[in-house]
Order: sequence, then structure tokens, then C-alpha cells
Amino acid sequence: MKNSLPILAVLSAIVAIWYAAVAPMNLRGALDVAERSGAEVVPPASVDRFEQPIWRLMIDNPGHVAQGYSLDRPRLPTPVQVGRELWKSTGEMALSGRAMSKRSLIYHGWITLQSTLWGFFLGIVLGMAGAIAIVYSRVVSMSLMPWAIISQTVPIVALAPMIIVLSSQVGIEGRGVPKAIISAYLCYFPVLVGMVKGLRSPGAAQLDLLRTYSASGLHVFLKLRLPASMPYLFTSLKIGIAAALVGTIVGELPTGAISGLGARILIGDQFGTPLAIWAALFAAAILAGGLVTFLDFAQRVTLRRMGMQA
Amino acid sequence: MQQLAKSSVPDRSPRSPVISASNLDLTFQTNDGPVHALSGIDIEIDKGEFVSFIGPSGCGKTTFLRCIAALETPTGGQLTVNGMTPDAARRARAYGYVFQAAGLYPWRTIEKNIALPLEIMGYSKSEQNERIARVLDLVELSNFGKKYPWQLSGGMQQRASIARALAFDADILLMDEPFGALDEIVRDHLNEQLLELWARTEKTIGFVTHSIPEAVYLSTKIVVMSPRPGRITDIIESPLPAERPLDIRDTPEFLQVAHRVRDGLRAGHAYDD
Repeated sequence: MKNSLPILAVLSAIVAIWYAAVAPMNLRGALDVAERSGAEVVPPASVDRFEQPIWRLMIDNPGHVAQGYSLDRPRLPTPVQVGRELWKSTGEMALSGRAMSKRSLIYHGWITLQSTLWGFFLGIVLGMAGAIAIVYSRVVSMSLMPWAIISQTVPIVALAPMIIVLSSQVGIEGRGVPKAIISAYLCYFPVLVGMVKGLRSPGAAQLDLLRTYSASGLHVFLKLRLPASMPYLFTSLKIGIAAALVGTIVGELPTGAISGLGARILIGDQFGTPLAIWAALFAAAILAGGLVTFLDFAQRVTLRRMGMQA
Repeated sequence: MQQLAKSSVPDRSPRSPVISASNLDLTFQTNDGPVHALSGIDIEIDKGEFVSFIGPSGCGKTTFLRCIAALETPTGGQLTVNGMTPDAARRARAYGYVFQAAGLYPWRTIEKNIALPLEIMGYSKSEQNERIARVLDLVELSNFGKKYPWQLSGGMQQRASIARALAFDADILLMDEPFGALDEIVRDHLNEQLLELWARTEKTIGFVTHSIPEAVYLSTKIVVMSPRPGRITDIIESPLPAERPLDIRDTPEFLQVAHRVRDGLRAGHAYDD
């Protein structure tokens, strides 16, 4: 209860800024609509209006400012419009039994989720393997780590089309695998960095203790390093799953994909329907929120079962 | 007296000391040049003795304990544990080691922490449970086996770590300032308990400490060390009786021994500026 007040304050601030921005952002569109319906607009020609700054148009056309809130194709829709569009393309379609139709965001979200999860698991495996190799070998640590860092400095948007092209060269059909690779490419890194830190977290005294038992390397790993790395792992996983989702969406954007949330965003852009973009955007955000919340829950359960105060 | 009694006890390695160091040297190579951590250490520790190593920081007392445990490798001289090299002795599970920090795993209950060495050494589940119960009783923590370390006080955590070191029945117990981080009152109590435990288990104990009263109260033999290079300046056979209530610390004998320890420490410092 005590925490809800600041959360609500931030939320209402965001909504307030959003609403305040809607009118100026949509003013030109509103004036075009008004002009077509024969209302008086200053200046009357659309071409002339482009010369004017928005604040000028707002002063000259006070009567049309409010229309920005009720356009059919708003540049910046209101939260209510976005919510309605989101409901139309998810809940309403699900209720009418068309959840998996090509127009449904549930279908596109499912496509994106699949690639995200595949990429996520691939990223975990790669990140874990890399971290173990780095922790156990100085040579690997010195040779692999710089490449891991460099890999994250390459813009993924530039890399994504090449991954698609190359994977079709080796005979991989469809978008699923390359999208998962792109997504893994983004999410292995936080896992790698977190696990390196986690596996190295036991201090010298803890390692000495196991030496006094003549413990094998495997014992040191399983009984000390791995459990000690758990809190780090979950933090990394939460960052990783968000990165994996971004990777998948980016993988859907410049590659001519026709399904997935990224494809919806691109199509909305090409067909001039910002509402569709916003709805897809929010669908992606809700998906990410759900995934992170699930991992947070898994973290609490795991760490509590391990006796650590999460 | 005590020496005589010891040698008459039939034992696996008759008349040979449990720990024996002669002319032991250890030099660390550091970026600032070599550091002479131990120099010419000569000492024999017999079975069942309680030996304290006391001295200022840098005198090599912990380093010597770590040499016995094969956590450090001497660069010169001889060191045997149970007649073996320290490495072989460790593999033969000759000793249990208690560190300054209890170092219990936060994700394991006290029971499971004590089970750690037993799991690694491959004891059966039933034997693990039996040993856990026995050592928990020995350190008076029987009701706390199911608790997690953070639910216990510092003193209780350290007792649990002693139980862990006792679990696999090593004859030697090496303790590196185990009570250094605890307050005076808890420390007194644990010292008493440790003496009881020592009497019951007849272990050989090597004990590193900063505290003169602690060393004198606990030990049958006190090794006074001094730094740069780390060396032994005095070895004192304690004249105190085996039975030691806490108020023995007010007797003239006790104060005499404490005085000699203090003199030894001061002599070591004469080389300093």
C-alpha cells in the first residue's frame, strides 16, 4: 500500500504528459480533416499550414485543437485509443474465436514469443558455456571477453539482415531460426557477464575450505560456484529475456517478415496506421512485462527454497 | 609429566610427533620483491596437545597453519603431518580447518553445511546424518540443524563451523583466529566450550590467536612468534593444570605465563622501529 502511491504518481505523470502531447502532435491532421469537411481553418491551404509552427496553428485555430483527441488516424493516439485498438486486436478476436487469425496480435505475439524463447534458451546456453570457460581458463578469459564486448557494440539492426541472408545460404527455411539467433545474440551477453561475476563470487576463504577437503574441480563447481552464482543468474536472466524480445522484434523489422510483432510495427508504418504500431508496441511491452514478472517469481521461489532472503 | 603420559599411549605412529617442522622457510615472491613469511621454524607438536600460535600481524602464524594444511607450500625445510607430507596428510583427511570467518554457505541449513565435507568425501546418507547429529551435539547446536546461517548469532555460526571441521573425524583441528570477530563475553564462553570439546575428543589442536589471555587459557603449549621474517621467539610449555575454570585467569601461575608471553612478544618487536 505504501509503495502504490509513488507508482501511481509516476504513472499519472506519464499519462498526463501523454495526453498533453496528443493535441499538438495531431493538430495538423485535425486541421486537414476540418478543412475537408468545409470548416474554416487558418491558413486555409494544407501546404501553407506546413510553413507554420505548431504553436502558431494552435493560437490561430483554437476551435480545432480538441479534435486531435478523436481522429481516426491520429499521429499520436490517446491511451484510450491505444487500449481500444489493443482490445480489438486481442481480446475481442479471442472472444469471437479468431485469436490465431492473421489480424490478431495474439497470433503475432505468439510468433514473437516462440522466437524469443528459443533465442533466450540459446542465449542462456551460450552465455553459461562462455562464462564457465572464462572462469576456468585465463586464456579464454583474455581471448573471449573482448569479442563478447565487441559483439554488443555492433548495431543489431545492421547485423540482422545478414544473419537472415546467411542462414538462408546454409539452407535454413523460414524466419524462425535466424530470428532466434538474432535474439540469442543480444541476450547471451548479460547472462555471460552475470555468470562470470557469479561464478567468481566465492572468496578465497571459501575456496580454501574446499581445498582442505581435497574437493575436486567438479565439486567446487557444483557445491560452491554454481549455487553462489544463482542471485547473479536471475538478475541476468531478467535483463536477458528483455534483450531477447528486443532481438526478435528487431529481427522481424528489416527482414520482410510478415508475422510477429515486429512485422506488425513495420506494416503499420508502411500503411500509415500509427494506431496499429502503438498497439503492437504495447503488446510487446506487455509481453516483456509478463516474461520479466515470471522470471522474478521464479527467482523468489528459487532463492527462498535455497534459504536466501530474496 | 604430560609428555611422559603421552609417549606411553599406544598410537599409530609411536613416539613420532603429529606435526613436525624443522628449519621451515617460506618466501613469497611479490611485486614488491620477496617477502620472508617464515624463517627457520622448528617445532614438534605431539598427539593431544593444544598449541597456540601468538604474535603480531605478519609474524607468519597463519601462514604456518596454512603450511600444515597444505594451503601454502614451504620453500625450504621439512614439514610432516602424521609422518606424511602435508599434501598426503590432507588427502588422508588428517585435519579439519576452522577459518576466522565461519564461512557457512547461506544456501545450506546448518545440517547441510556440516554435511558438505561428508558429501565431498562420499559418506553414505545414513552415516552423514549420524555424524551430523553427533557433532551438533558436541557444539551444543542440536536444535539448530534445520536453521539457516543467517538465523544464528556469530558465535553460533562459528560453533557450526567447528562442527563442520569435526564431522569427518580428523585427529587434528587447525583453527585460524576462530573467535577473533566475536565479542569478549561470547569468546570466553566459546573458549570454555572448546576446552571441554578438546578434553572429550582428544584432538590435537593448532590455534592461531592475537589474544594473550586466550592463548594462555587454552594451550598446553604457546608458540610466540615475531615478524620480518616470521619466526619463533619462544615456546612455552604451560604449567597450568588440565582442568581450567575461567577464573584460573586470576591465579599467579596464569599471570606468570601471560607475562612471559608478553615478554616474548616485546622481544620480537625490539627489531622494529
